[in-house]
Amino acid sequence: MIKRLAKCIRQYKKDSILAPTFIVGEGALEVVIPLLMARLIDNGIDKGSISSILQIGGLLVICCVASLTFGALAGRHAARASAGFARNLRHDMYYKVQEYSFANIDKFSTASIVTRLTTDVTNVQNAFQMMIRMAVRSPILLVFALFMAFGISPKLTMIYVCIIPFLGAGLFVIVKYAHPLFERTFRTYDKLNTVVQENLHGIRVVKSFVREEHEQEKFGEVSCSIYKDFTKAERIVAFNMPLMQISVYTCMLLLSWMGARMIVGSRGMAGGMTTGQLMSLISYAMQILMSLMMLSNFFVMMIISKASAERIVEILDEESDLQNPNPALTEMENGAVSFRGVSFSYTKDPAKLCLKDINLEIRSGETVGIIGGTGSAKSSLVQLIPRLYDATIGSVEVGGRDVREYDIETLRNEVAMVLQKNVLFSGTIKENLRWGNPEASDEEVIHACRLAQADDFIREFPDGYDTYIEQGGSNVSGGQRQRLCIARALLKKPKILILDDSTSAVDTKTDALIRKAFREEIPDTTKFIIAQRISSVEDADKIIVMDGGTVHGFGTHEELIEKDNIYREVYESQVKGGSGDE
Amino acid sequence: MNNNKLNVKTAKRLFGYIAGQNKIQFALVLICIFLSTMANVAGSLFLQILIDNYIEPLLLEAAPVFDGLVRAILTMAFIYAAGVVSTFFYNWLMAGISQGVQKRIRDKMFAHMQTLPVRYFDTHTFGDVMSHYTNDIDTLRQMVSQSFPQLLSSCMTIVMVFCAMLYTSIYLTLFILMTITCLILVSKKVAGKSASFFIRQQKSLGDVNGYIEEMVSGQKVIKVFCHEDEAKEEFDKKNDELCRNASSANTFANILAPITMNLGNLQYVLLAVFGGLLAVNGIGGLTLGAIASFLQLSRSFTMPINQMSMQINAIIMALAGAERIFRLIDEEPESDDGYVTLVRIRVKESAPEEYRRVREAGTGGGDELPEQIPAEFVEETVERSGIWAWKHPHETGEVTYTRLTGDVRFFDVDFGYEENKIVLHNVSLYAKPGQKIAFVGATGAGKTTITNLINRFYDIDDGKIRYDNININKIRKTDLRRSLGIVLQDTNLFTGTVMENIRYGRLDASDEEVRRAAKLANADGFIERLPDGYDTMITGNGANLSQGQRQLLSIARAAVADPPVMILDEATSSIDTRTESIVQRGMDSLMKGRTVFVIAHRLSTVKNSNAILVLEHGRVIERGSHEQLIEERGKYYQLYTGAFELE
Repeated sequence: MIKRLAKCIRQYKKDSILAPTFIVGEGALEVVIPLLMARLIDNGIDKGSISSILQIGGLLVICCVASLTFGALAGRHAARASAGFARNLRHDMYYKVQEYSFANIDKFSTASIVTRLTTDVTNVQNAFQMMIRMAVRSPILLVFALFMAFGISPKLTMIYVCIIPFLGAGLFVIVKYAHPLFERTFRTYDKLNTVVQENLHGIRVVKSFVREEHEQEKFGEVSCSIYKDFTKAERIVAFNMPLMQISVYTCMLLLSWMGARMIVGSRGMAGGMTTGQLMSLISYAMQILMSLMMLSNFFVMMIISKASAERIVEILDEESDLQNPNPALTEMENGAVSFRGVSFSYTKDPAKLCLKDINLEIRSGETVGIIGGTGSAKSSLVQLIPRLYDATIGSVEVGGRDVREYDIETLRNEVAMVLQKNVLFSGTIKENLRWGNPEASDEEVIHACRLAQADDFIREFPDGYDTYIEQGGSNVSGGQRQRLCIARALLKKPKILILDDSTSAVDTKTDALIRKAFREEIPDTTKFIIAQRISSVEDADKIIVMDGGTVHGFGTHEELIEKDNIYREVYESQVKGGSGDE
Repeated sequence: MNNNKLNVKTAKRLFGYIAGQNKIQFALVLICIFLSTMANVAGSLFLQILIDNYIEPLLLEAAPVFDGLVRAILTMAFIYAAGVVSTFFYNWLMAGISQGVQKRIRDKMFAHMQTLPVRYFDTHTFGDVMSHYTNDIDTLRQMVSQSFPQLLSSCMTIVMVFCAMLYTSIYLTLFILMTITCLILVSKKVAGKSASFFIRQQKSLGDVNGYIEEMVSGQKVIKVFCHEDEAKEEFDKKNDELCRNASSANTFANILAPITMNLGNLQYVLLAVFGGLLAVNGIGGLTLGAIASFLQLSRSFTMPINQMSMQINAIIMALAGAERIFRLIDEEPESDDGYVTLVRIRVKESAPEEYRRVREAGTGGGDELPEQIPAEFVEETVERSGIWAWKHPHETGEVTYTRLTGDVRFFDVDFGYEENKIVLHNVSLYAKPGQKIAFVGATGAGKTTITNLINRFYDIDDGKIRYDNININKIRKTDLRRSLGIVLQDTNLFTGTVMENIRYGRLDASDEEVRRAAKLANADGFIERLPDGYDTMITGNGANLSQGQRQLLSIARAAVADPPVMILDEATSSIDTRTESIVQRGMDSLMKGRTVFVIAHRLSTVKNSNAILVLEHGRVIERGSHEQLIEERGKYYQLYTGAFELE
């Protein structure tokens, strides 16, 4: 996992190495400075020598400036490295997601991909920054300080050596007990968020059923369990500070006692211990224990961000299950489509097929209507044509060749599909339409809109084709959105056009006009129209009646009325309910 | 300036939350922090005492006696022990307090959110509201549990050390005040710079996250159009911008620590030189020992200041979060002046025959039944008596009971979501108990708006709405809404089993009643086919169900509530026509005896209504039964024959 993430450092390698390097310098100075300060007292102030004060003071000033420089440089590089690392992570993940097939996207779900790209990246970024700063700094300080202390008095240094394992063990126990509790609360937090989210989205439902109290109870329960767990966890963590203090204070007392005895005992002797040295030893005690504390914080942070890192790696390691063939066809002869013994399952599980043994032949230029109840796999059927998914068994052929032989981009440019879940993106209408063809001239754009019966209403907008579409297309109505999406698909000038229930919010008359325009203006394009309304498909060359993942009927309107009971039933239910249901 | 004032106000209020709830605990925390700080300061003073009073004199003695030293160290050990115990205590107490504060704020926020008018949710995006519960609370947690005690102990340390410094030397104290001022000014400058970059970083982070959200949500469309490269290009631009801002912001934040630390060190040197000069020249009566101890003190003085400057960013962020939370809590709740309540009643045996007949009829019922029942014949009950009544206390002290029948009338109603932008003009309509009223019209014609006025999601600007002949403004909102069942186009399901979701309509419904409701909505069939039947878990607003199935569930949910008035807002729009015709049968039996308002795109759904109202630009332009409207050859006729476009 770490290896995989480390690959994302790339051009920020220099920063990622420089930052800890400068930190080594800063850490070294941080150890030297107290030593000089002690000297200043011993040799300068205590002896009343202004010259030594100035001399050591000067040295100290230099050290401070150097430490400041190192610190600042380290900070700068660490910031750059972590921001850059996050940038690369986002970049890699986003690019990876662009390669994903529909099946990959379904597997993760959109919301989860978004969380991974946002929250998880931020978590890992913080951990990374902490790592390149703390992971080096703390051990360096520890080692330097121990080394210096040893230089002063090996005997007294033994005090640290005894205290460190005690503190380390204590910290370990705290982390061990607190960590599972923290993990549990984070999971409970997810539950809390779900309650809030559902409440927000369903606020009208909550209010109309007068379920405010019920919701509060639900929220209160989760909130309370977070409170309990979190308090418990934090109370365990509350041992941290006192543990630290016990260690420091014990060090201080032992040092004072033993130090005093040593100083008094060795008085007058050359190389004997001085009071200044005792004070240095005490500062080192602080430094050593502090750096241990930092280290334990660092481990906690690492453990917390581990989950995020794992989720990121999952995205990066996911292989798109649609591979571009090599060599690939970049030309499509015509828009003929045939299904040969096609079965399909979203989970690739032959026991859970949602399409079963489909055999169909459609000639280029034909209009094919597809009708069937909710969940009869109409969408699944057409999604195999532009290779949004691959058939589990059998093959789908377009223009006489298996879809898996085509270059994916070629295939999808020739097979335009208007999805059931239409999405427009924030930007002007024109920009949205040019998704179909970035080089389309204004005339071509307008022509496509005429075909899709969108030109009229677009012109009614104050800004016409330059009208700004809000995110998700929330400022145009459902029917308008559908027609814009059709126009966008038409701009591709595809050989095959698939409308997946794309005129459901368009009234019957306009619907008929769109179909008429298709017939007259793009006769060579093969058209698949999935619809709920019989009127949308009855004039098609062929109609497919889907039922439970199989083709229940295939033929013209007249043939089906004759032979197919489902078709007849649907037809009757709609004609009885009025000639149009709009 | 204004901003600062606001922060002070927010800080005060937050402090109220921290200190207010459990005053004894908080006082204990203060005492413990005080003791712990004392022990800490005593530690740094002790060194000097150790050297000056014990080591130095001992050095002069020929046969050193360590008794005094032992006593001193034992005393110190005792002080330290007290310090450690206090530290543990306040940390332990603070964990409870900080989690308690969080819980209270969280609960209060959620409870308050439930009382807010629908209008609030129209004007605030879900993402914004969500972030109060996630980001804002989280920064608050960090502040209360970490920054706050740290701040307190730092302040106490500063005060104590300052006193000790004053005691040691006034001159040096003045000197140190000067240098500290410089230190504070510099760190304020850097912190300010860092804050402004942090704001920029936050903004471009929002930008990038928003872009990711939009693109990943539309990922399938991107794929269908092979638009991956363009999507990458724009993303790279935003991502690079974020990287630059994050880099700057973090640089300043990272630099702050070395700067304050080394300025502290510099100050130490200056102090040594200055003090040394004073002492050598005999100014101010300073001894060398005093300078040495003063130097130690100066380190103890700058340390908490450094720590405070580290916390500044966290505190500012937490206060900003707290302010956003308080803004939500201060949001005006939905007003409710209603005093007419909905009660279950039983008609006493002693009542005259005409009132006793009500008992058999239940809710709704024919016109021939009396509307009002005199109070002397009424007995309120909590049992399911089958009869609901509006309890109407009058100013005269008299109480009347009006039977709940579901008679809804609009009198010249005007309404606009925003002031001066009227969307409903002069709407009058009536729905007698048991009638089915349909609204037909283009998007934005005001169909949904009308239904939103009946349950008082919004209040009308002019005119009157009467429900069972009572002005709906007089009815308590919760009771009004309890009497209305509603099925919306956007179905909202909650995480939980299918059973629980249907039961949401009436919490005390038995399993059997839930099943019956599901059968009525024709949802029973597909539910039984789910892996765990009625115990199947629904997650993510029913992501594992089709839109049609979700709609069936929400119809069942309304059915189990069994209200006298139902509002169906495009309730069957995603159900295919064949299934719909089956559902329709269930719906018809569901609607029997109820007043129903239907909004539908498909005219087949509304054809059999008692009255159809055609709306255009917020006005009722046609009304009548299907046959009458066809006869009239107006807008409805055009719609029906497909000669006119509906949107």
